[in-house]
Amino acid sequence: MRFMMLMYPQIEEADWQPSPEAVAAMGRYNEELQKAGMLLALDGLRPPSDGGSVSFDGEGKATVTDGPFAEAKEVVGGYWLIQARSKEEALEWASRCPDSNCRIEVRRIFEMEDFPQDVQDAYEGP
Amino acid sequence: MTEATRAIEAVWRIESARLIAGLARMVGDVGLAEDMAQDALVAALEKWPETGVPDNPGAWLMATAKNRAIDRLRREKTYERKREEVAHDTGALFAMERSDFEAAADDEIGDDLLALIFTCCHPLLSREARVALTLRLLGGLTTPEIASAFLTPEATVAQRLVRAKRTLRDAKVPFEVPRGAELDERLPSVLEVIYLVFNEGYAASAGEDWVRADLCEEALRLGRILAELAPREPEVHGLVALMEIQASRNAARRGPGGAPVLLLDQDRSRWDPLLIVRGRRALERAEALPGPLGPYGLQAAIAACHARALQAEDTDWVRIAALYDALAQIVPSPVVELNRAVALGMAFGPEAGLELLETIEDEPELANYHLLPSVRGDLLEKAGRDEEASAEFQRAAELATNERERDLLLSRAARR
Repeated sequence: MRFMMLMYPQIEEADWQPSPEAVAAMGRYNEELQKAGMLLALDGLRPPSDGGSVSFDGEGKATVTDGPFAEAKEVVGGYWLIQARSKEEALEWASRCPDSNCRIEVRRIFEMEDFPQDVQDAYEGP
Repeated sequence: MTEATRAIEAVWRIESARLIAGLARMVGDVGLAEDMAQDALVAALEKWPETGVPDNPGAWLMATAKNRAIDRLRREKTYERKREEVAHDTGALFAMERSDFEAAADDEIGDDLLALIFTCCHPLLSREARVALTLRLLGGLTTPEIASAFLTPEATVAQRLVRAKRTLRDAKVPFEVPRGAELDERLPSVLEVIYLVFNEGYAASAGEDWVRADLCEEALRLGRILAELAPREPEVHGLVALMEIQASRNAARRGPGGAPVLLLDQDRSRWDPLLIVRGRRALERAEALPGPLGPYGLQAAIAACHARALQAEDTDWVRIAALYDALAQIVPSPVVELNRAVALGMAFGPEAGLELLETIEDEPELANYHLLPSVRGDLLEKAGRDEEASAEFQRAAELATNERERDLLLSRAARR
């Protein structure tokens, strides 16, 4: 099974640029994941001010807002996509993350087989 | 199972292979190392629910395993005898007391892990024993899990494991990574075990026990670990590439009701692009190393050709035929020739395929293989020789053991 580990740094946008030490520690952690054969993909995200958001009003009308997102309690700073044998294993890996001030949300990924047949049949693909 | 137990099990699965490998390096015996590691797990199950998981659970387990082993041996009357028994070759037990696992460099741990992989896949052991031991010691699977994954009685797997560990001990198989020519000789056995695990999972049908389908992921995990430990071995990357690309087709392989869908009929939009990219990257790593591609690399290259074609009609059959040709030269086999005939038929017309089939039709290996008449039927049909095609499909249906395949063949035979 696959899990997305979404990382929410508990920092201000001004502190978004990580230190060399933090980058080195994260590099070692990523290498551990890689050596364990668990890591499928990962990325770090640039600060919210470089991005934007699109919200829909419930009737399908879209509104575009430039970042940063003043209304958001926290924003995603990066993610790992991993393969794990259980939710507990994914959580254990998340708890080994060297970042000292963040929250990591661990979410299992939907696989096609998780859907009933009619939903699978409705899928046309990208 | 409580939440705490599940969390400890998760730690165990992450740490156990490295733990067993480190201990085996010290005592020179994987069976004993496993017992020691199990003791440490028991201790963790007693302690951690109260204290919580320690900051460095791997080091905690290692220290506990060592302490418990020393305690246990001291208690036993036969201490002296045991010590001699255990302390053969590389790992003296005294050295174990002094050895500082925590200070061991990263690459040493990697070396231990690699030695464990090679020991589990030692050619002295039967294929079944190698698979069971690998899943047990490297995958951290329990005996019941291995038994249900391979649809084998638990007692059989348990016996297989006991016997395998005894064989290794009796033969005094050194716990080490083979070097030079011996490495070349023994690597295929490791790759074979990993690919067997993968195929066992791949053969599991949808809705079956999760343990079986999970074998694919486990094999991929083992392959990726091996690729990190032995990055200079092209065939390791070749095998990883092959597995990643095959796994990418997982969601497209079965139609409604679980019926198998043939490669060329699959809905390619359901192929997993992430696994395809990973597979291609692994293949590039294999190609970048010196020397021509080996059997796994070539099969991966063929799989990559299919992955590259957005529609079945776009498939580069000329290239696939050439790759099968290369494969037939290094691992000649009638089954490879059969596949080559398919590719030739697609690339240069049915006559080219039929011509090749003539050269293998008397192979004893293919005597009862339904795919031989099935492929011939397909080529004859394309050549417009409908009656002959129908007879071949009929014959193929008689040989097919899978009911769904038989139905499909019979319907093709009746189409005339």
